[in-house]
Amino acid sequence: MSSSAHPDPDPGTDAGTWTETQQSPEFATLRRRLRTFVFPVSAIFLVWYLVYVLLADYAHGFMSIKLVGNINVGLVFGLLQFASTFLITALYVRYANKNLDPVAEQIRERVEGEQR
Amino acid sequence: MITTTTRLGQHLAQAPQTDTASNRWLNIGIFAVFVLVTLVIVFRASRNTRTASDYYAAGRAFTGPQNGIAISGDYLSAASFLGIAGAIAVYGYDGFLYSIGFLVAWLVALLLVAELLRNTGKYTMADVLSFRMRERPVRTAASLSTLAVSFFYLLAQMAGAGGLIALLLGISDKGQQAIVIAVVGALMIIYVLVGGMKGTTWVQIIKAALLIAGTFVMTLWVLGMYGFNLSSLLGSAVDAAGPGGEKLLNPGAQYGKSEASRLDFISLGLALVLGTAGLPHVLMRFYTVPTAKEARRSVVWAIWLIGLFYLFTLVLGYGAGALVGPEAIKNAPGEVNSAAPLLALQIGGPVLLGFISAVAFATILAVVAGLTITASASFAHDIYANVIKRGQVDDKQAEVKVARITAVVIGVVSILGGIAANGQNVAFLVALAFAVAASANLPTLLYSLFWKRFNTTGALWSIYGGLAVTIVLIVFSPAVSGDEEAMFPALDIAYFPLKNPGLVSIPVSFLLGYLGTVLSREPHNAAKYAEMEVRSLTGAGAEKSTAQH
Repeated sequence: MSSSAHPDPDPGTDAGTWTETQQSPEFATLRRRLRTFVFPVSAIFLVWYLVYVLLADYAHGFMSIKLVGNINVGLVFGLLQFASTFLITALYVRYANKNLDPVAEQIRERVEGEQR
Repeated sequence: MITTTTRLGQHLAQAPQTDTASNRWLNIGIFAVFVLVTLVIVFRASRNTRTASDYYAAGRAFTGPQNGIAISGDYLSAASFLGIAGAIAVYGYDGFLYSIGFLVAWLVALLLVAELLRNTGKYTMADVLSFRMRERPVRTAASLSTLAVSFFYLLAQMAGAGGLIALLLGISDKGQQAIVIAVVGALMIIYVLVGGMKGTTWVQIIKAALLIAGTFVMTLWVLGMYGFNLSSLLGSAVDAAGPGGEKLLNPGAQYGKSEASRLDFISLGLALVLGTAGLPHVLMRFYTVPTAKEARRSVVWAIWLIGLFYLFTLVLGYGAGALVGPEAIKNAPGEVNSAAPLLALQIGGPVLLGFISAVAFATILAVVAGLTITASASFAHDIYANVIKRGQVDDKQAEVKVARITAVVIGVVSILGGIAANGQNVAFLVALAFAVAASANLPTLLYSLFWKRFNTTGALWSIYGGLAVTIVLIVFSPAVSGDEEAMFPALDIAYFPLKNPGLVSIPVSFLLGYLGTVLSREPHNAAKYAEMEVRSLTGAGAEKSTAQH
């Protein structure tokens, strides 16, 4: 790896600093917090999207049931995809601001402090 | 796919009460104003473009909201504006399905890709993919995949430009269309050469603002005509479609025809939702902001704007169905693509039509400029500076010079390709671009960011494997031959039944990345993985903004 993918040169950032940081308990906390949010939530929205696609593809009768006026199940489900996308976005931003950013910042300051 | 802007006749304004010639000049006039304003901004932006970071990443000085607007400008192509509104007007519910895939896809970018990529890389996708691997082979592979996706997408946009010109300016002569395609291409080259990423970003911001404001006004207008009652708008669309119009509200009008078409839809849905976060021109936008947190804000803005825009197109699509009528749309020269312009003419007269047409042009221009700068950056930064010169480019100016030359070459090739493909049915190219992004790029990105054991062999297998499987399946698909709507209808080598390869190519690429890793006994680079993981999650040592305020 040349130095081209990151700031060159990195005086004083030896492999030891990165490895030590990676094995620190703070970093383990950060990784755990990130993964316990993004992996399950990604699984949920992908499954929910696939369910929707399969319903639209194979359950025409169900999707065509009218609920109010000309609004049918299919339209409501489609709009719910929009709603869930907006909701997940908002939840993630709140979670990241509260649970990820402060820890990440702490670790970053320590690593960059050691570089100087 | 939806970019059927290709087989077009003359001007749509055969509708009574309009004078084609004066409309044409009105459209050209409004478009000329857009070009002038953006050129001035691009030239002003260019005064501060000196370093590679300025040229590729706009000095990383855009704010999250600015970048979010630019992302939506980059993403909302003419296909998603004219194509989706038209598909909803003519096919009803099935047109709506596209927009949902295009939107949900952004959650992949938000949760799994954007921030980590911003923290780890510098200018290109290959920066991240090659970070902890043997650099030269992985960088080459990632760059080839970037160039392939950008080129397919670019060609689709340029070929579609010919059709759009026919539709919006009433130019039916192929020679004159070729001239306009060349003008569009030349403008794009100027934006990219002079303005770099900063100029290109401003073009996208202006275009997105015009597009979203224009469609917002039209949406309010249409809804207002129905007393802000969506149900009565839908009812009116059903009535306008005549007998059997009920089908417009239900899924299946377009994809319910056969078992193969249903599978094809699942395949398309997968490629849309997983492809977006692997599109190189989308990924490159994340480098234009100063921090990962701003990258997150960019995606949040993009999700809201893109989501709202697709809600507008739902209203506009059914509105066009109700007020213009599906038959009139299908018989207009632009077929489904004429729905939104015809609706504009219907409710707002020639001025609104001129505005919407100019926005559609601006859309092509902004999207092709974004693709060109991405492809040229990948060639100059990945292939030239890091593979050929092995990272020993003393003078960063030399790298930017190579990027500029590449941009001109790509621009010229895409003008020629666009002219050659004008009138051909190349709609499959967009599907191909998304399928390659979802198959070759996304699995490699996710493995590289989250899977410790992933190694060089795995990365090469998933990139080259994904690329090869996708292209081979497309070549032997009904999109290319053996179908009336295929590119070569006379030929029949369609051994693979689906037009969209994603259903097969995406799982195969994930599997190849896994197998390549576990079968090669090559150990992963633990030290580099530690560095990459700490960098990607914390932003330590990440590229800083180089803007002087």
